[in-house]
Amino acid sequence: MTRVHDMGARFGDGPVVPEPEGVQFHENWHPRALAVTLACGSLGLWNIDVSRHARESLSPKDYARFSYYEKWISALADMLVEKGALSSEELASGQAIGPSDLVSRKLAEAAVAEVLAKGAPADRPSNVAPLYRTGDLVKARAFPENIAVPGGHTRLPSYAAGATGRILRLHGSHVLPDSNAHGRGEAPEPLYAVAFRASDLWAHAEHPRDEVIVDMWQSYLGAT
Amino acid sequence: MILPMPHDHTHDDHPHSLLPSEPALRVKALETILTQKGLIDPAALDEIIDTYENRIGPRNGAHVVARAWSDSAFRAALLEDADPVVSELGYYGRQGEHIVAVENTDDVHNMVVCTLCSCYPWPLLGIPPGWYKSDAYRARTVREPRKVLADFGVELPENMAVRVWDSTAEVRYLVIPQRPAGTEGMSEADLMDLVTRDSMIGCGLAKAP
Repeated sequence: MTRVHDMGARFGDGPVVPEPEGVQFHENWHPRALAVTLACGSLGLWNIDVSRHARESLSPKDYARFSYYEKWISALADMLVEKGALSSEELASGQAIGPSDLVSRKLAEAAVAEVLAKGAPADRPSNVAPLYRTGDLVKARAFPENIAVPGGHTRLPSYAAGATGRILRLHGSHVLPDSNAHGRGEAPEPLYAVAFRASDLWAHAEHPRDEVIVDMWQSYLGAT
Repeated sequence: MILPMPHDHTHDDHPHSLLPSEPALRVKALETILTQKGLIDPAALDEIIDTYENRIGPRNGAHVVARAWSDSAFRAALLEDADPVVSELGYYGRQGEHIVAVENTDDVHNMVVCTLCSCYPWPLLGIPPGWYKSDAYRARTVREPRKVLADFGVELPENMAVRVWDSTAEVRYLVIPQRPAGTEGMSEADLMDLVTRDSMIGCGLAKAP
């Protein structure tokens, strides 16, 4: 019922290995992978939720063995074929076959600074009224799954599913990833920071006053 | 008799498996096809890389923190609604459209993680370090933040609570570390040098002067 990317609280991983501040990439191809992925985003064939879902939809074996930028580049290839920008034959041959009708959308060198600076805000006006106020107790839904699309995208981590928390703040109304990842519209709704006591999430919390804060859309939540 | 396992194959039905399996060649192949197709401009790629290698990095965040330490009105505005405040300094952009600043105190230490992928405030801190994107950090931080801090050589006072912020939406969190003792009267520029990247993720403390 979950996907392999949903790894919060998993046991068995080793130490976290710090690194100096100046290190940005670890292989020469890493910056190329980053740049190709960002540049292709400008083609306008997908949104951030579609691209996250593509990475999460790698097979669990691939997700586990791929490095970070391998996941990016592999999901990118999958999306480019799915959206019809490239063909399987082109990937297999390593050569373009025929022209593209998307050339006019190519990210030009001169446009890079503006595109990166502009960003892509996710807040939207919404006619879904906030149901909760700061301090209210809420319960995250029991299933860390997309309710409308079987196996679809969601941002509800499994460790918080079914847990009771309290509303810490309202962020405004934001695009709902569960909808936007599947061509079902942006469906903006209120987004909250919800505080969960560590002792309500884990059998062996490190400290009685520790909390985990999770950003959750209103449709992820119910009253306790 | 030895039979192969029925599903013991290396390729699945994802198109990416058609590309070379070596990642450097996989990127190169994709870049080549896309360039031939007229869908990417190699010069634009160079420009993107230059931006994140040389122009956008954790000194931006350090500037915000040092100013918050120096200017109480700025600090109050930052904690109240960070977006206009960081935009004013020019630190708005991709992966930093919705910033929330959270402040460490004598009572609470804040840490930031993205358990589901690797969300991170790019305009303030640059692209995330390798460890932030690692399975170990994503898996462990919500459940055992102090053990993760120990990997960074950080030990918190016994009574301090930890708040771990899991970046599940498009909101990006910036930790304002505690101002170190003995820094009274220091200039904003000198204070900036004490603000490490890790301290703004909550995996370190600001340096002593």
